[in-house]
Amino acid sequence: MNSKISFQNVTKTFDLKDSVFTALDDVSLEIEDQEFVTVVGPSGCGKSTLMGMAAGLVTPDGGQVEVDGAPVTGPGPERGVIFQQYALFPWLTVRGNVEFGLKLAGLSAEERRKRAEQAIDLVGLTDFADALPKTLSGGMKQRCAIARAYAVDPEVLLMDEPFGALDALTRVQLQDQLLDTWTQQKRTVMFITHDVDEAVYLARRVIVMAARPGRIFRIIDVDLPYPRTEEMRLSPEFAQLRNEVWHAVYHQDEPQDAVAA
Amino acid sequence: MAVITAPENEKATAKSAPVRGRKRRVRPIVLNLIALAIGMVIWNVGAALAMIGDLPGPGDVASRTGEMIGDGQLFENAWASLQRVFLGFLIGNAVAIPIGFLMGWYPVARGLLEPYIQFFRTIPPLAIIPLAIVLMGIGETPKVFVIFIAAFMATVVAAFQGVTNVDRTLVNAARVLGASDGVIFLKVVMPASVPFLLVGMRIGLGSAWATVVAAEIMGAESGVGQSMMQAQTYYDMPTIVVGVITIGVIGLVMDRLLLLAERRLTGWQETR
Repeated sequence: MNSKISFQNVTKTFDLKDSVFTALDDVSLEIEDQEFVTVVGPSGCGKSTLMGMAAGLVTPDGGQVEVDGAPVTGPGPERGVIFQQYALFPWLTVRGNVEFGLKLAGLSAEERRKRAEQAIDLVGLTDFADALPKTLSGGMKQRCAIARAYAVDPEVLLMDEPFGALDALTRVQLQDQLLDTWTQQKRTVMFITHDVDEAVYLARRVIVMAARPGRIFRIIDVDLPYPRTEEMRLSPEFAQLRNEVWHAVYHQDEPQDAVAA
Repeated sequence: MAVITAPENEKATAKSAPVRGRKRRVRPIVLNLIALAIGMVIWNVGAALAMIGDLPGPGDVASRTGEMIGDGQLFENAWASLQRVFLGFLIGNAVAIPIGFLMGWYPVARGLLEPYIQFFRTIPPLAIIPLAIVLMGIGETPKVFVIFIAAFMATVVAAFQGVTNVDRTLVNAARVLGASDGVIFLKVVMPASVPFLLVGMRIGLGSAWATVVAAEIMGAESGVGQSMMQAQTYYDMPTIVVGVITIGVIGLVMDRLLLLAERRLTGWQETR
C-alpha cells in the first residue's frame, strides 16, 4: 500500500436551522505518493471539506483520514495548505511571511534567510521580498503564499481553489509555474478547483464529486504525459478529456458513457 | 446600460477635474489660515461691541496667556491635568488590553464579563465622579479613577472586538504552518488587533481628557479645570478663555500624536 493520503469512509454533516446538511457521505479515496490529483464538483459537494480533513482543520464525524498511514489529528507543517484568499499576514513583508513557518520550525536566522530566499526565488518574487502584501497583485500574493508553503518543504500540498480569484491569464501562468516546480520537486498534491480546464491540465487523476449528499461521482484518469505543454492543452485528446470531465460535472443526471465513447 | 455607463462618467470627470483645476486650486492650509483669520476678526468685533456679555477679545486673552506662561502658571496647570490623564490612561489600558483579549479569546470570560462591560459602558465616566468622591475622598485617587474608567471602557471593547474580528483564514494559515495556540495568539491575533486597539485608545484618550477637566471643575487643588473654576469666582474672564483654549490645544495635540502612531503601526492595512 503506497498511498500517501487515504480517506476511509469519511462522513461529515453540518446542522442547519431545521435540517441536516450532509457535506460528505461515506467517501473513500486513495491518493498515491507524488501524485497530482485535482478535485472538481458543484458547490456543496464537500470538496473543500474533504481537503480540510487532510489538512487537519476539519474533523470527520465518521471514518478516518490517514497520511503516511498515520491518522490525522490536526494540522502539521508536513502538509502545506494554500488558501483561495491567499491568507498572507498583512503586517509581514513577503520575506516575513515566507519565514513564518521556518521560525516555527526553529531554524536559525541564517538558515531561515537562505530557505526563504530560495522559495521566493522559485516563485519569482525576489524583487518584492521586502514588499508588504497590500502592494502586491492577486497573482503575486498567491505566489507568495505558495513560497510560504514550499519554504517548510512539505511532502503534501493541499490547495483550495488557489487560482480561483485570479484572471485567466495569470491563472494559466501560475498553473505552468506550479507544474514546473512540481516536476522539479515531486510532492503529493491535492488541488481543489471549479475550473474543468484547470482540473484536466494539472492532474493525473480528476476526482469529480457530486452534491447532496457530497460524494465521489467519477474518477477520470488523465493519460497525458508530464511535462504538460501548450500544444497538449490545445490537442484533441485534451478536448476529449475536458468534455468527459465537463459532462461529469455539469450533467450528473445523464448517462456518462455517451460522451466518454 | 445607464447603470454601466454612469460610474464610467463619474470616473472620467473625477480624473479630469484635477487637471483642469490645477491652476486655480487653493492649498487646504491656506484655506485653514483664512478661516482662522476670519474667526479672529469676528471674535474681535463681537468682543468690542460686547455682543456676548463681557467676553474678552483676542488681545486680552493673548496678553493673559503671555502672563500665565511667564509666571509658569499655565504650564503648571496643564502638567497637573496631564499627569492625571496619563496615569489613569496607562492603568486603564494596562488592565483593559489583557481583559479585552481574554474576552475575545475565551467565550467563558466573555460570558462572565460582558454584561458588566456593556452596562458600565453606557454610563458617562463623569456620572461616576460624585460616587468616587464620596468613596475615595477629594484627593487625586477619585480623579485618576474616573479617567481609568474612561480609558478602560474604550480600550476593553476595542481589544475584544479586535480579537473576534481576526480573519479565520489567517489563524488557519498559522495553524497549518505548525503554530500552537499560544503562538497564534502572539503572532497573529495580537498584531491583527492593533488597528482596533489604537482606535479604542484614541477614543479613550479623548474621553479621559474631557473627564479630567470636569473632575477638576468639581473640586481639585490644581489643574486646568481648577484654574478655570477659580477664575470664575473672581470673574476673571480672560483666564477662563485661556483655560478653554489650553484644553482644546492639548486635546488636539494628543489626538494627532495617537493618529500618527496609528499611521505608523497600521500602515500595512489594505483599506485606508
